[in-house]
Amino acid sequence: MSDLLTKSRARNVFYGGSIFFVAVFAALTVQSHRHITQKATAGMPLTDEVRLGKHVWERHSCINCHTLHGEGAYFAPELGNVMTRWGVADDPQGAYEILDGWMQAQPSGIEGRRQMPHFEITDEEMRALSEFLRWADQTDTQNWPPNDAG
Amino acid sequence: MKYQSQKVAYAYFLVAMALFGIQVAGGLLAGWIYVSPNTLSEILPFNVIRMIHTNALIVWLLLGFFGAAYYLVPEESEREIFSVKLAYLQLAILVIGTLGAVISYLVGIHGGREFLEQPLWVKFGILVAAVIFLANVSLTFLAGRKTAITNILMTGLWLLCLLWVFAFINPDNLSLDKMYWWFVVHLWVEATWELVMAAILGFLMLKLTGVDREVIEKWLYVIVATALFSGILGTGHHFYWIGTPGYWQWIGSVFSTFEVVPFFAMMSFAFVMVWKGRRNHPNKAALLWSLGSSTVAFFGAGVWGFLHTLHGVNFYTHGTQITAAHGHLAFYGAYVALNLAMFTYAMPHLRGRDPYNQVLNMASFWLMTGGMAFMTFTLTFAGTIQTHMQRIVGDYYMDVQDQLGLFYLMRFGSGVAVVLGALLFIYSMLVVRREVVKPGPLAAPGE
Ligand code: HEM
Ligand code: HEM
Ligand SMILES: [Fe+2]
Repeated sequence: MSDLLTKSRARNVFYGGSIFFVAVFAALTVQSHRHITQKATAGMPLTDEVRLGKHVWERHSCINCHTLHGEGAYFAPELGNVMTRWGVADDPQGAYEILDGWMQAQPSGIEGRRQMPHFEITDEEMRALSEFLRWADQTDTQNWPPNDAG
Repeated sequence: MKYQSQKVAYAYFLVAMALFGIQVAGGLLAGWIYVSPNTLSEILPFNVIRMIHTNALIVWLLLGFFGAAYYLVPEESEREIFSVKLAYLQLAILVIGTLGAVISYLVGIHGGREFLEQPLWVKFGILVAAVIFLANVSLTFLAGRKTAITNILMTGLWLLCLLWVFAFINPDNLSLDKMYWWFVVHLWVEATWELVMAAILGFLMLKLTGVDREVIEKWLYVIVATALFSGILGTGHHFYWIGTPGYWQWIGSVFSTFEVVPFFAMMSFAFVMVWKGRRNHPNKAALLWSLGSSTVAFFGAGVWGFLHTLHGVNFYTHGTQITAAHGHLAFYGAYVALNLAMFTYAMPHLRGRDPYNQVLNMASFWLMTGGMAFMTFTLTFAGTIQTHMQRIVGDYYMDVQDQLGLFYLMRFGSGVAVVLGALLFIYSMLVVRREVVKPGPLAAPGE
């Protein structure tokens, strides 16, 4: 490397430049935070039920088999659009019933097929979980996924 | 070993290697469940095994970094560690936290954010351990000689510990949760850990090649500058489809493309230093791991990262086996192999003897690296088919997976090679007693 770039210059560029990029990133984070709360997820209110549903989702660590908006494990189907796939994105009662039916039927026990565990979930929690998935489904994800298969 | 207190690194490396064993065993089991899905399904479901696999990975890599810091900071600062007791206390907290986490996972107590599933008390334990660590190394660092290697190492370690705060921030709004989650995950592996990597690699090059410190340190600042300039805004490549604004598609694509640069630079750095180096250091295995690490990191993070980082591509590949392929090779090259390079370099010093018979160690490099490369290829093929069938044709997820059995079988096979390589590595570190291999008789020229 040339003499123009001395060690102390390189160091100063590193520290100065990094501070600059942190500042830009922080500003964009604030803007994105607002975008999320005011636009992208404003399609459905974030009720206590949805909050409870998120806790149920987390307590059972569904994310370590499924993806949600494409993030998570790749062992089981995408769930960010599952309510659309089931055709109940706008139907709370239908969403609850179909989800409850699905969860009660697990594990399928079919030989050679990936198994989903059986979870102890109360009725109230099951409703919350289905509301959480409906809530996630209405997020503006820039039209991802490409199709209903997820 | 120039300073007595460097010895604490030994304990860190031992625990790290034990967890490495657990990590790959967990991976192998998870890989087997892909092949034979009913295995353990009612006793130990896939999500718990995966959690153990990924958490063990992260914890052992961090333990390796902590150990490396305790080894390297005294030597660079030219003084003993501030407090050896604190270093052991920190390790004890981390071991208790790790065991606690594994036991709670096994009985079904865990959080639900990927990689951050640790129960709250374990997260606090990690925080306390991080504070102890920072205090301990910082006091050592401040009292002694400051070099670019320690400056960069300290910057990286401080920032990565600070980012841990985001592990406690879990907004009820899923999209916000996801956005801040990446502050830990992305800003660790594609920003702060890169600083740690560059510092450790610089240290190894200094010791192994004997190139002038001034040259090495200038390179290091340039490398870490490109890492942070690209990596911070590069976070945007995770903000395409989670409810964040559309402009991230451009910011993320452009800046994360530049993330290839620091990995290319680290690879070039390592090779140039070896060519320039006059020292014929006997620890050839450490050299192999150092060069291997920077090369595989370039492929895993740089090439496989770029493969799916442009938003037009990521729209189709997001959350498929392509991601898993990249995650494996990137973690392996950049952080696993780097840690193993450091262990290989430091162990002979820590145990007070010449480098061991290194043939087994080098064999373990090829076995593990070959296995990980093969795993990456099979998962990339699986991911390509998955992307086409599911994202373009629109076939249902489970139907597509049924078509991929052959690839998962091959992934399992490569996993066996990796596990054997890991065991061989640990064996060559801890058990092998014979010293440097004697050179064979030289053939006369022309024969
Ligand atoms: C050593 C450095 C790196 C490591 C350890 C690493 C590791 C990972 C891991 C584990 C994931 C999956 C996260 C999840 O569970 O959702 C991931 C995702 C991703 N990485 Fe990296 N990565 C590294 C560097 C890079 C670089 C340099 C690039 C770009 C050039 C990149 C591009 C991506 C992209 C685009 C994704 C998202 C994939 C998706 O949409 O599913 N990575 N990385
Ligand atoms: C014996 C060798 C290994 C096998 C068979 C294996 C298998 C697996 C499996 C089955 C998963 C879950 C993927 C899914 O969700 O579908 C996984 C995840 C993961 N493994 Fe491994 N693994 C092995 C070694 C490693 C090594 C050496 C590393 C680090 C270099 C590693 C890092 C990871 C990471 C980061 C994830 C999460 C990936 C993501 O979220 O994208 N694994 N592994
Ligand atoms: Fe990233």
